[in-house]
Amino acid sequence: MTRWSVTAHARITAAPDGRGGTALPELAGDGPLALRRSRDRVTVVGAMAAPLGGDRLRLDATVLAGARLRVGTAAATISLPGRDGAESVYDVTLTVEDRAVLHWLPEPLIAAAGSRLRTTTRVELAEGARLVLREEQVLGRSGEQPGALSTRLTVRRAGRPLLDQELSFGQAAPGWDGPAVLGGRRAVGQLLVVDPAFEDKPVAARLLDRDDGLDGSHASDGGDALVTPLAGPAALVTAVARDALTLRRLLDEGQREVVGAPW
Amino acid sequence: MSTHPAPPPPPAPAPAPGGAARAALLVLADGRFPAGGHAHSGGAEAAVRAGGVHDPDSLEHFCRGRLRTAGLTAAGLAAAATAGLDPLVLDEAADARTASPALRATSRKLGRQLMRAARAAWPGPALDALAAARPRGAHQPVVLGLAAGTAGLPPHDAAHIALYESVTGPATAAVRLLSLDPFAVAAVLARLTPDLDRAAEAAATAARAALHDGVDALPAASAPLLDLAAERHARWKVRLFAS
Amino acid sequence: MHRDHDEEYPVRHAYSTPTTRADGTRRALRVGLGGPVGSGKTATVAALCRSLRDRLSIAVVTNDIYTTEDAEFLLRNAVLPPERIAAVETGACPHTAIRDDISANLEAVEDLEDEVGPLDLVLVESGGDNLTATFSKALVDAQVFVIDVAGGDKIPRKGGPGVTTADLLVVNKTDLAPLVGADLEVMARDAKAQRGDLPTLFTALTAPDGIAPVREWVLARLDAWRA
Ligand SMILES: Nc1nc2c(ncn2[C@@H]2O[C@H](COP(=O)(O)OP(=O)(O)O)[C@@H](O)[C@H]2O)c(=O)[nH]1
Ligand SMILES: [Mg+2]
Repeated sequence: MTRWSVTAHARITAAPDGRGGTALPELAGDGPLALRRSRDRVTVVGAMAAPLGGDRLRLDATVLAGARLRVGTAAATISLPGRDGAESVYDVTLTVEDRAVLHWLPEPLIAAAGSRLRTTTRVELAEGARLVLREEQVLGRSGEQPGALSTRLTVRRAGRPLLDQELSFGQAAPGWDGPAVLGGRRAVGQLLVVDPAFEDKPVAARLLDRDDGLDGSHASDGGDALVTPLAGPAALVTAVARDALTLRRLLDEGQREVVGAPW
Repeated sequence: MSTHPAPPPPPAPAPAPGGAARAALLVLADGRFPAGGHAHSGGAEAAVRAGGVHDPDSLEHFCRGRLRTAGLTAAGLAAAATAGLDPLVLDEAADARTASPALRATSRKLGRQLMRAARAAWPGPALDALAAARPRGAHQPVVLGLAAGTAGLPPHDAAHIALYESVTGPATAAVRLLSLDPFAVAAVLARLTPDLDRAAEAAATAARAALHDGVDALPAASAPLLDLAAERHARWKVRLFAS
Repeated sequence: MHRDHDEEYPVRHAYSTPTTRADGTRRALRVGLGGPVGSGKTATVAALCRSLRDRLSIAVVTNDIYTTEDAEFLLRNAVLPPERIAAVETGACPHTAIRDDISANLEAVEDLEDEVGPLDLVLVESGGDNLTATFSKALVDAQVFVIDVAGGDKIPRKGGPGVTTADLLVVNKTDLAPLVGADLEVMARDAKAQRGDLPTLFTALTAPDGIAPVREWVLARLDAWRA
């Protein structure tokens, strides 16, 4: 199934349709990034296995003032090795204008053995924008050593940095599975919620596991998660888990903690 | 795409006779420099309690991870402060790179303590200005970078100190917490030095890039378990170290 | 207390212990209390607070080794309102926090002054260590070393920087002297030999107003400080 590497650039723009719904004046899939729409929801449907070593993928989504958009993926994204061991790149740029809402909830990214992928997600938020963004990384398909994966998430709000985090795993990242980073766990993820309402009512930092925090032991169900307020009107759920299922359960629980009523 | 134009680097102080200010590097990096570090374990106390750090090998694994994540990120900020990026912009960048409020508080507390020692050792207008702008403490790496610059050190040295501190803190704490063989721990630190040198190089390179491209060019490496452990540790009633 | 660097303002002065506030008034007198674990430091702090809190504005900094036990004792016993008590964590090295690297303690003192000041008196209790622990002169203006008779009447003879150099040596728990066979005469004589003209006081905090001698000493220091 090895193919030549591809370069693809998909674009989504959401605007209010004037009747309380969402219009998509731009919905342009490209190569492996095929896009399907239903109402205010766009699903990225993998048209071919990607990213593969050497691929350069790019996806831009803009939510214009007052609009709402939900983006997901049809299945997990699997990073695979290419022909010559080249690195693949997947860049996502998200722009959310005032009074606009973006739910960016893709399925997990799985770093298969031998793969090399670098992703960047850059988010530009207007002061009145709201965002729910989830990122999940699974290190290796079951039973295999992971490839190299590095993900950078940079979020700016009103032009100022709100969150900047890079996670790197695999051989090029010494200590990645050690007691400072993943502690032997293979699934890690974050869920970011940005809402101007947090300005007056920030979330309280809270651990989501079931132990009392006194003996320091890990939760028995194979995962740890944490809700923290950022240094701006945002809450971050960070979770480390045995597997993708446990990870999702923890992130969902965190999301319920952070977002009272769905918006 | 930083919106903050980088100011030009400040004029370097006159170099010491015979070259750069090497001895200042030793003074600033010394664990006995009175900047509050002795009360902090760099996450080691929580990792010991969780069972992740229990012997010299697991300590080394912990330190490698911390060096490459929190250490590298601190080193980039420190080097950028020495190189002349606006310290308040860097302070904001440090906030964005620190998801755990417990770690943000620790970093500011240590920054305030380092500020006191640094102003006594190397008084200068850059430190005075930052102290006035952040009386409750700027992030420690930013203060470290400014202090290094005031002492006549280059950005690369500031990065080295930040990285060195990122592993000596946990190593010293592990010796106290686990009664580890101090010679074995010294050997752990020695084995980390090649990683440390490489990371200092990367941080200094990023700081140079940040002069033109803004703070987004600086490393932002993070470690989920360090964040989790820091919040857990902050809730303990009984502990030896402040963080 | 004379400080020879008073004149060198601002260079050295700004970082540790300026003796006047921005408005020119004398800042609070800072008294350190050191001594072995269990000798009665916290009991002394509590008794001083109770008998002076109505006439002086007081705050306390504790340096527990492992917990916030001392701060909690003071809170539980309501010797001062909570905002006047700060706990410093010492990373397994209580003597470092009061002598070699005093930054966390200085910060605690300054924050108390900012939040509940102006203060007249700040008591800094050390974590309780051994006979070698002393306070930095940049942290406190006067130090009290508290030992007790239950530790044996040999302690004054053994000396050490705490016993020999503290501005005041307190030999506490004299009520227990008969029970442990401690000879107070011997302790007084040994203390005199070690300390020369520096004062030594004997207390039993279990007795009504047992703190009186220490209180009078503190008030005299405060008068001298303000003079
Ligand atoms: N009998 C007696 N007990 C005392 C006296 N002063 C303190 N204590 C007790 O000695 C114990 C230790 O006192 P504490 O103040 O906590 O000691 P610290 O460790 O030096 O702070 C406590 O149980 C006190 O109640 C005293 O004068 N006589
Ligand atoms: Mg006590």
